[in-house]
Amino acid sequence: MAGVVPSATAGGSSSNRSASSLVDSLFQPSLDGMIKSLRSAPGGESALIPRFLSEIRREIRSTDNDTKGAALQKLTYLSSIYSIDMAWAAFHALELLPSPNPALKRSAFLAASLCFHPSSTDLLPLATHQLRKDLQSPKFSFSVPALHLLVLSSSSDLALHLSDDLLSLLSSSHTTPHVRRCAAAASLAIIRLVPNYAHGFLPKLIEVLGPSSPLLSAAAGVFCELVSSGDPRAYLPLAPDFHRVLLECRDNWVLIKILKIFARLTPLEPRLSRKLVDPICDLMRRSSAKSLVFECIRTVFFGFPEQEAAVRLAVEKLKEFVAADDDSNLRYLGLQAMTILRKDQSWVVEENREAIVKSLADSDPNIRGEALRLIMSMVFENNIVDISAVLVHYALRSDPEFCNEILEAILFTCGRNFYELVIDFDWYVSLLGEMVRNPHFIKGDEVERQLIDIGLRVKDARLELVRVARDLLIDPALLGNNHLHRVLSAAAWISGEYIKFSKNPLEILEALLQPRISLLPSHVRAVYIQAVFKVMGFCIISYVNVHIASDSSHDVDKNAGSESLDAFEGDTSKPNSPVGLSRMKELLTSKSITYILNLIVTALAPFSECEEVEVQERACNVLGWIHMLDGVEWKTEDGEWSKDSKIMDISKIMAGVFSEELGPVSVNAQKRIPVPEGLELKENLSDLVLILGKDYIPPLPTISISLQKPFHSEDKETELTTESTSLLAEHRKRHGLYYLPTDKGENGSNEYPRANDSTLSVNLDNTEELLKLTDQSLAPRKTKPSKARPTVVKFNEDDDLTTYSRHLKEKKEGLLTGAVRDVLLFGEEKPSSSQKILSEESAEKMVLEISASSIADSLHKEDFAVGEVEHKISNSRKSKHHSHGKERHRHHRKSEDIEDKIHSTTKRGSHHHGRHKHMQKGESRNALLDVAPHTQVVQDLLL
Amino acid sequence: MIHFVLLISRQGKVRLTKWYSPYSQKERSKVIRELSGVILTRGPKLCNFVEWRGFKVVYRRYASLYFCMCIDADDNELEVLEIIHHFVEILDRYFGSVCELDLIFNFHKAYYILDEILIAGELQESSKKVVARVIAAQDTLVETAKEQASSLSNMIAQATK
Repeated sequence: MAGVVPSATAGGSSSNRSASSLVDSLFQPSLDGMIKSLRSAPGGESALIPRFLSEIRREIRSTDNDTKGAALQKLTYLSSIYSIDMAWAAFHALELLPSPNPALKRSAFLAASLCFHPSSTDLLPLATHQLRKDLQSPKFSFSVPALHLLVLSSSSDLALHLSDDLLSLLSSSHTTPHVRRCAAAASLAIIRLVPNYAHGFLPKLIEVLGPSSPLLSAAAGVFCELVSSGDPRAYLPLAPDFHRVLLECRDNWVLIKILKIFARLTPLEPRLSRKLVDPICDLMRRSSAKSLVFECIRTVFFGFPEQEAAVRLAVEKLKEFVAADDDSNLRYLGLQAMTILRKDQSWVVEENREAIVKSLADSDPNIRGEALRLIMSMVFENNIVDISAVLVHYALRSDPEFCNEILEAILFTCGRNFYELVIDFDWYVSLLGEMVRNPHFIKGDEVERQLIDIGLRVKDARLELVRVARDLLIDPALLGNNHLHRVLSAAAWISGEYIKFSKNPLEILEALLQPRISLLPSHVRAVYIQAVFKVMGFCIISYVNVHIASDSSHDVDKNAGSESLDAFEGDTSKPNSPVGLSRMKELLTSKSITYILNLIVTALAPFSECEEVEVQERACNVLGWIHMLDGVEWKTEDGEWSKDSKIMDISKIMAGVFSEELGPVSVNAQKRIPVPEGLELKENLSDLVLILGKDYIPPLPTISISLQKPFHSEDKETELTTESTSLLAEHRKRHGLYYLPTDKGENGSNEYPRANDSTLSVNLDNTEELLKLTDQSLAPRKTKPSKARPTVVKFNEDDDLTTYSRHLKEKKEGLLTGAVRDVLLFGEEKPSSSQKILSEESAEKMVLEISASSIADSLHKEDFAVGEVEHKISNSRKSKHHSHGKERHRHHRKSEDIEDKIHSTTKRGSHHHGRHKHMQKGESRNALLDVAPHTQVVQDLLL
Repeated sequence: MIHFVLLISRQGKVRLTKWYSPYSQKERSKVIRELSGVILTRGPKLCNFVEWRGFKVVYRRYASLYFCMCIDADDNELEVLEIIHHFVEILDRYFGSVCELDLIFNFHKAYYILDEILIAGELQESSKKVVARVIAAQDTLVETAKEQASSLSNMIAQATK
């Protein structure tokens, strides 16, 4: 025997200690020694570990099994405690597996279970023989660790070779129940890896599903896992067995599993619920185990919410849970169980409202979160105002984290589905304004998005929006809070865009130019400067109009004169405008205009040399305009209005710049644009994708808001548009101008076109279309009757994106389910059923060949879903699809990826038709949708 | 099913890890870091469940050790709490009022015991007695083997003197 003391020497100094301590020194002390020195290491363990590892590496190569075993054990310790990778030692673990020494063998199994990873270990085939030997061993201390390793390493190769041994272990009457239980649990892993083996294992598992079987708990566990991870329908034939167990078994662990199974089966087979109500209610009344009662409650809520009496009883029990003051676990679970029900049975939530609201103040953030979720589920149109008000006030008093959770929940609930719950937008907008003043507020992005979104979509809310925006802008304290910068950016944009609703544009201008804006990040400052531009424009235009109106008041009607001039001013004379003509005249004297211009020049002059191009460019724009104004004699010597000057022309041009309203744009608008004449769609553009690589991100889709002509059509567009935004949108749709998807509010500079934006050039070229649009805008329209809820502009197609993602979510469970169904429905005809699967597969392949075009279409549809985000890549693909004929074979190859996904479920007979129909539906829809897009999708790529 | 079992000390030191779902070594360290950050910071009177990456982590503190088990979202949390307690009771019985040091110096024993309680992420044996008996039987096996080996080496030692 090679007497080597591992920790001291690897060189082989033999010791002459007494033999028993020799064995000890080979084993325990070295591990203990390592642990002790790790624990007492002054500078932390990290310095020592590499030293131990190198020692272990040396020792583990020893020919002496004890040394090797000790090293392996040390490595196991390091690996499990310090997450040291020990995959490299897999072979050494393997070497020790056959050791006759039970201690060594056991620790080898432990090491192997830690270092064998199903994906990374190529040594597993080497273990097959040893595992088989151990599985067949009559000693449980050999077979059980082997079973554990088999489960944990879960390689299909091992499963293939060892399933017979496992099966005989499971069915043999000689082995102890202990081993058989392990074998039953292990069979789950085998079935999952090789679904075809379900034919062998399932009958055995069903056999032991009796109430008095010693293997019942293991079998119930396996079925519970199978039902919850696969298609539960296949297990319906076993319902009577499960039912019998439910009635007769007294083991809570097993009952919980059985209840879980029934929770999945009952929705598929409503007749089951009648059979189950009584035993489950009985359990609920009788059992003292909270875990079982809770499972019953969940089963009732999930499985048969229509059984009045059972639900009543479950709710009673639930109340006990929620009211358990001393047990936060029960309170949490109680609230969580209620969230299962809320949709169809809101009375449960109503009844427990007091407890739920009380839970909002719980010390446990998890419980508070559940309570918040429940409260938000109670929000409807009629109570949203009250609940939100209460919550916003409550948020003030909560800790920062929960405060933002509350605010986020309110924002989400109110903003859901285009603000479907909000009737009074004035209220909501001022709520947003109130929300951001919360000291803990950090949800600036979402508020920014919603403020601008409401501005674009809800015309009637703009007045209040401008008021709220003014309050935000004017408060110098808010500028210091960097969570509010996004909100301020939105406020600035709103103030600029909808300045006509402002009571006092001068005040807003002063707010936008206050010295503290230097605290803002540059992209927000850029928005501020653009807003200054708009406000200045508005002031000058109004000034001109007011004086034209007053000059001509003695001969013509006031409004006629002013209205014909520009878009902004047109509205000031309308009843919804807060500022009357006389007030405007009071406000905008030549003195105040001079003041404005001076103020702007003083404030913006430093920015004209700003490092940020965005800021610099916009500042220069504004200063350039002012410079131009300076060259014009717009007032006479005595400071009065000079009507003969060029100021009229300038204000006309300015009016043209900002007259077009910005509106939301459908994500599908892109598809409706025909390809302009003379635009060449080169076929080989698809190669571009290869060159650019997959991670190339197309620059375009981040721009959110449509830009028709604000920046390039001054000379053409002078007329105002008065129709509602929805009508305008309709009109735009019909005339198919060029739009981009609406993911607005992503960042502060979204409201503005980028330099080199290709859309601009497209539009410049399409002057004809532009003219057509303006023609249409002039056409008289009937005004809509005022409604209780203002119109929210939205597009029906906006939800298109989500529909396809469902197609892609397909599990690989299809095969297993098929096998299970074969066993349960057709008995044990193994060969025929596997043949059946094969033939089914081949049949489906044929179907596939035939419907290649339909799959190509479905692929195409996927392209669209993705394409909204990744314009460029999908475009080139689409152009490929477009050229039918010779490229058809490519569809085949691509479609195979999707075919896998689609057909893996198609295998489930019952789903087959529905799925197929779905595909056809998609296809026909595409047929409708695709006509236009085919021709134009490459536009942005070329430009 | 239970995806993994973690034992973490109050200082954030890992005392035992067992993975029933395949996680790479990298993921394992990440999971441990993430969860110990979440769990160790929770106060004493709060509920024993944490929602995490679509799973639920059930934890319970015994003296200075946190026993954590990660389960599926629709698993029964109370049942898992009972499993944890079951495990602790068996450890306690085996080591005789178990403490953290027992688990440190006999980490492999802790693994063997856990293996007798859970297999493939499911409860294997719900009887404390049976588990105790199985573990004792294994210990006897090891002891006898040790005795045999030591008597053998005694003989060799004497022969070589």
